[in-house]
Amino acid sequence: MSRESRRREDESYRSWKGAYRRYDIVKEATVALGVVTGLALLFTILFSSPDLAPSTVKSWSRGDPVDFVTTATTELDGSSESASYGPPYNTGTGSVQHLWFIHLQQWLGISHPVNSAQDFVLTPLRSLTQQPAVQQAVSSYTSAPTKTQMGWTSSYEKALADARTTSSDGISVKPGDYGPLPTMMTALLTFAQSGGLDGALLTSRQFYETDYTKSLLFLADGAVLTNRAQTQHLLGNQWGIMNETGSYPGQVWLWLYTFWYQIKPFSTSPNGDIDVMAVMLVLSLAFVMIPFLPGVRDLPRRIPIYKLIWREHYRAQRSGPA
Amino acid sequence: MSAVEPPTWTGRLRTRLVAALPPEKLLPDSQPSYMASWIYVFGVLTLASLMVIIGSGTILALKGPGWWHFTGVGHFFNSIHLWSVELFFFFMVIHLWGKYWMAAWRGGRARVWMTGAITFLVAVPCALTGYVSQQNFDAQWISTQAKDAMNSVGIGSFFNLLNFGQMYSYHVFLLPLAVVALLVAHILLVRRHGIVPPFRLEETDTVEPPGAEPRVARTGKSLPIETAP
Repeated sequence: MSRESRRREDESYRSWKGAYRRYDIVKEATVALGVVTGLALLFTILFSSPDLAPSTVKSWSRGDPVDFVTTATTELDGSSESASYGPPYNTGTGSVQHLWFIHLQQWLGISHPVNSAQDFVLTPLRSLTQQPAVQQAVSSYTSAPTKTQMGWTSSYEKALADARTTSSDGISVKPGDYGPLPTMMTALLTFAQSGGLDGALLTSRQFYETDYTKSLLFLADGAVLTNRAQTQHLLGNQWGIMNETGSYPGQVWLWLYTFWYQIKPFSTSPNGDIDVMAVMLVLSLAFVMIPFLPGVRDLPRRIPIYKLIWREHYRAQRSGPA
Repeated sequence: MSAVEPPTWTGRLRTRLVAALPPEKLLPDSQPSYMASWIYVFGVLTLASLMVIIGSGTILALKGPGWWHFTGVGHFFNSIHLWSVELFFFFMVIHLWGKYWMAAWRGGRARVWMTGAITFLVAVPCALTGYVSQQNFDAQWISTQAKDAMNSVGIGSFFNLLNFGQMYSYHVFLLPLAVVALLVAHILLVRRHGIVPPFRLEETDTVEPPGAEPRVARTGKSLPIETAP
């Protein structure tokens, strides 16, 4: 079909010059509102909605003190995910992604500064001013050469792999040369188990606070969220954020976005996120621009589902002119 | 004093608006005879779902973001909110598929399709910000997982999924405003252009020679139907 004949055909659909019938659009909307309200009420009565309590640093440190201390130690030596993440949190490169020559993550820079060692470990410990031994331990650690610090944290992390939880929710680590780390981590663990660290991580320059960036990054560096997510079928290889806790439909409209994470190369690429976002950007643009896309816009004409939709109209036409 | 006063800006605007969308088009009490399929109800069901979402969301907003966690009434309205969102997307997806198979962009209706499609795309982050504003484990997990995609494209620098305050603002005001504005534009465009007429069977079942005059029912009578071979 030529462009001109297509244009003329398209123009012929601009207005309808055939028969009309009475139709109460306000009544239709009112009935629809009643139907939807009824359905929402029915589902609410039958299924309610999920509300699984959030994890806290307090519950994490009490439930898995070894994982808590291990995570805190990696925050201190900069080997945790958030410590080496990169923009928008810090200058790391661990989670920086790019697509060809496009480095949007780096170009937009650091907008939410996070210093894992300071924010998650050293500053909270410095707030324990009533504990001179802890302050002494922090001073010893911070004044030590970097190489010495790394030696302590490296040895401590190795020992933590075989650590066990004591009956008082502390941890037991085999003796070794860990410098002031045992004193610091025992104090941090006690502080966390009392609930103090939850508040300390939210502390900012103002009284009111609604930004949970630091708390969530710290929690996400540990295993507590991942372990709970696995039992709730929320991991990336379980179709991730499309799901919801419990047996609820979740964000099923994200199926196509989540789909790409299930297949290669997206599932194994270090730039998987930006790759998926790029694919979705192209698909979203195509979705909006369907009226102008040859092939895609012609499918409805080729696949006669319209005959089912307008079967009454076609039947009426067959039975005689209106 | 001249006999004819110059038109005011207000008068000009009213004239243009009424010309573009006269009352009988804005609120018609008749529809083309071909509008006789269940697929047509999914548009208004989507609109009705949005009304329930806004109603239940307004109650949740009036009582504050923590209310639904510790009261039965609050949890009830949260459930209404959740299920109306599920219904909204369910009905909207069927509506979109229906309109796709009707090729509803024909006859100068491309903007109708585009505003509908963009409404869907804007509704997705609107729902996402709701999920991360729940203040429960679901919110913790979704925000910490989804942040990587946002950060990878730089969006995370100004749209921080881990910042509850920012996400709540987006969820209860900015994104719903965008969805409602797009929906209003979409509905006004539908009312202005009318719903798309059916394909003419003879044009879809046979190949029309290039440059041929399309067979249009200019007299207001329907063309005779030819059965597909």
